[in-house]
Amino acid sequence: MRSASSPQEGGNPTDIYQALIDIVGADHVSNRQEELYIYSWDLGTTEPHRPDWVVSPRTPEEIQKIIFLANVNKIPVIPLGGGLSLAGLAVPFRGGILLDLKRMDTIIEVNDRARYALLECGVSQGQLTSYLERRFPGLTHSEPGAPPAATVAGNVAIHGQGDLGHPYGFNSDMVNGLEVVLPTGEICRFGACSIGAKWFTQHPLPDVGIFLGWTGTTGIITKISLRLFPRKKIRGTAIFVVDNEEQVPDVFHRITHTQMAEDIVAFSQTIPPYASGLQHFTINLAADSDKELEFKQELIFDDALGDYIRRGDGGYLGFTRGLQHPQISKTADWRKGGGFEYVGSIMPVSQYPECYRRGREISERHGIPYTVLGRCIGAAHAMMFSWTYAFNRADQETMRHAKDAMHETDELALKLGGTIWKPGLYGQSLVMSRLDPNTLTLMKKLKQLLDPNGIMNPGNWEVP
Amino acid sequence: MNITDFKYEEIIHRCFRCGYCKFPVNWMDVNNCPAYARYRMETYSCGGRLWLTRAWLTDAIQWSDHLAHILYSCTSCKNCEIKCPLGINVDIINMIRAAKGIMVEKGRIPKEARDFLENIQVHGNPYGIPKSKRGDWMGATSLEIYKNQEYLYHVGCVGSHDTRVQEAARKLGRVLQRGGVSFGVLGRDERCDGNEVKNMGEEALFEMMAQENIARFNKLGVKKIVTLSPHSYNALKNDYPLYGSNFEILHYTRLLLNLIEKDRLHLNVNIPVKVTFHDPCFLGRWNSEYDAPRRILAAIPGVKLVEMERSRENALCCGGGGGNFCMDLLGGSPDSSARRRVREALATGVAILAVACPKCLTILEDAVKVEGLDDRLIVKDIAEIVDEACGTT
Repeated sequence: MRSASSPQEGGNPTDIYQALIDIVGADHVSNRQEELYIYSWDLGTTEPHRPDWVVSPRTPEEIQKIIFLANVNKIPVIPLGGGLSLAGLAVPFRGGILLDLKRMDTIIEVNDRARYALLECGVSQGQLTSYLERRFPGLTHSEPGAPPAATVAGNVAIHGQGDLGHPYGFNSDMVNGLEVVLPTGEICRFGACSIGAKWFTQHPLPDVGIFLGWTGTTGIITKISLRLFPRKKIRGTAIFVVDNEEQVPDVFHRITHTQMAEDIVAFSQTIPPYASGLQHFTINLAADSDKELEFKQELIFDDALGDYIRRGDGGYLGFTRGLQHPQISKTADWRKGGGFEYVGSIMPVSQYPECYRRGREISERHGIPYTVLGRCIGAAHAMMFSWTYAFNRADQETMRHAKDAMHETDELALKLGGTIWKPGLYGQSLVMSRLDPNTLTLMKKLKQLLDPNGIMNPGNWEVP
Repeated sequence: MNITDFKYEEIIHRCFRCGYCKFPVNWMDVNNCPAYARYRMETYSCGGRLWLTRAWLTDAIQWSDHLAHILYSCTSCKNCEIKCPLGINVDIINMIRAAKGIMVEKGRIPKEARDFLENIQVHGNPYGIPKSKRGDWMGATSLEIYKNQEYLYHVGCVGSHDTRVQEAARKLGRVLQRGGVSFGVLGRDERCDGNEVKNMGEEALFEMMAQENIARFNKLGVKKIVTLSPHSYNALKNDYPLYGSNFEILHYTRLLLNLIEKDRLHLNVNIPVKVTFHDPCFLGRWNSEYDAPRRILAAIPGVKLVEMERSRENALCCGGGGGNFCMDLLGGSPDSSARRRVREALATGVAILAVACPKCLTILEDAVKVEGLDDRLIVKDIAEIVDEACGTT
């Protein structure tokens, strides 16, 4: 473990600690070893780095004061949501103030008619799912595959995707408005809310979309308006399987052409053995009646995929009513070691076969059972393809293998013509080495403009 | 420290810290771990405690008062074990308990915990009240001292010494009498059952207490025991058999339900009131008894049972387990789980928050006062409501 760094410039640590207590109260600030230790770790393979203080604010105004304090003393500030990116995106690489935002967890408004939810930044996916199920059963949101403790704002900020990714795209495409504390402390709103209207649309005001995908380096999202979608009375999952990975892009294409599914995911994995070598599809369907459900099933499995089934190239394995909420995969703990990490990429669907084959090779080279998955985004405009590597947290050798496999996979994702989703520092450096120079210069200028003291989540997206 | 000496060395690193342990099953609130709800720092979550324990045992961090506070703020409510999706879930509390045990061995536990355990050792109760006063709760009742009756009524420390709970203990005695139950109490000879002692990591003391109690019960010829407290129920039912006991153990709610269903207890008085029930952890999550209390309340004329959003296995712990009813490491904030819980109860629109646990009774009643809800919400033990329904008040 690397030791905590001292604040870079100025500021007596004791005075800063007291100032933080004055802002949020003593219960919500710590400079004790226990908090510094726990918040130094990402859950993946990223090396830990200790913050100097852990602070858990409750309001944007408190964050604003913390930012003012950090700027005066040039102290790094690292915003943390659920901490479940597994990519080390909220590791305090240069110490500073780690902001745990999860106390800001109020569901401020659900607008049934305009179908949006206004949330504080610490609202978790599970909290929103449960709230909608209990209070607004006709509404749902695009729930990512992350555990329920992942925050909605955090997921949007890293361009996450969820189980409505096929009809509606990235979760970050579902933003109606944001409230952000800028790196210099101003509290700004974007979208219709910025002119005092409801939080129902981001458009058509001038686009200032510079807060998503920036890993907290351009500001701290404190409120988000998220689009909600109709929730049908019947929801469930159909399973379809092919034994040739080359067929997967075509299957994606055919299913998306019907526009009948809510979510389409293809996966293959070593464990359980029956899944190994095969390409399974989970296809979520939703309907308000049995008649509607039958209609959708007919369109997909009789019409779109019928010839696969008739030729014996594909099999329909049935439909199960009721959606399973995301579960941490049991395969993630196959080493009985409590650790896994994955490389996510945004990839052309046509690359599924190569992603599968090359990913499998990497896994086998590192002695890790392979687990790959591709989730369709939009009308097969892209897929989020992930390669997962399990490790044993108590075994440094398995962690090294997982880390090496991750780095190889980062490179593979770019080589195959994709982009890395929520890249860690290594992936960021690979991406920036390929970025158009003018784009890179613009990024640098933007960061300098917004964050003149360079305090926001340093280490991330640092343009050389 | 040497982690190889830790009984759970092989599994403690397997916590992923995914955070399921913080939620109820329906995910409605991330605050279903009472310690996390109170402090909202990852260190106070179940995963945080496990990671810190491993860090301590591998010398990545050193023991501190704060580390001890974090571990002892765990109430052993079992929410984490029920919600954790991994195979290690059955041993989560065992791991925390074992870590507390190492702190006990080294004499490095919070002052509040030390006081608790010292008082148990010296006085047989955590409050430091002389043993001679243990039977004072009986007052002028006609309760009999145990002498070969069918049941021993085990009141427990809180029922014996807390003035508010003494009232409930007496009323339960009266209800049992009304039901024609043959029972007796030990009065000043009763001793702590040790459920909290075990969960605070003092295994040796617990073993001694269990053996002494078993010997005492055997000497008296006890065959059946009915408890006021779910904590006592848990220790006597699940732990004492490991030391050779062979008693039939009932929590009083099951016995009262039997009496009602066999028409031995007549609930004659109409009580037109809305009631919600708070599941005690050691009755619900630890022993899967969710129905008896609800069926009793449903049998009382006029009572309308309204469920809180978090109920049964999803119930939010009051914050009293693991000795915290006495140590109070989770108090002093609107975020204390007891205060959260009474606000949740109030939101159901009820007038009565029913409990079936002495610790819940005291903690939630205190929370009602602190929240300034005295005139809107009354905390009552089910035994008290049944007593009222029997027309004995």
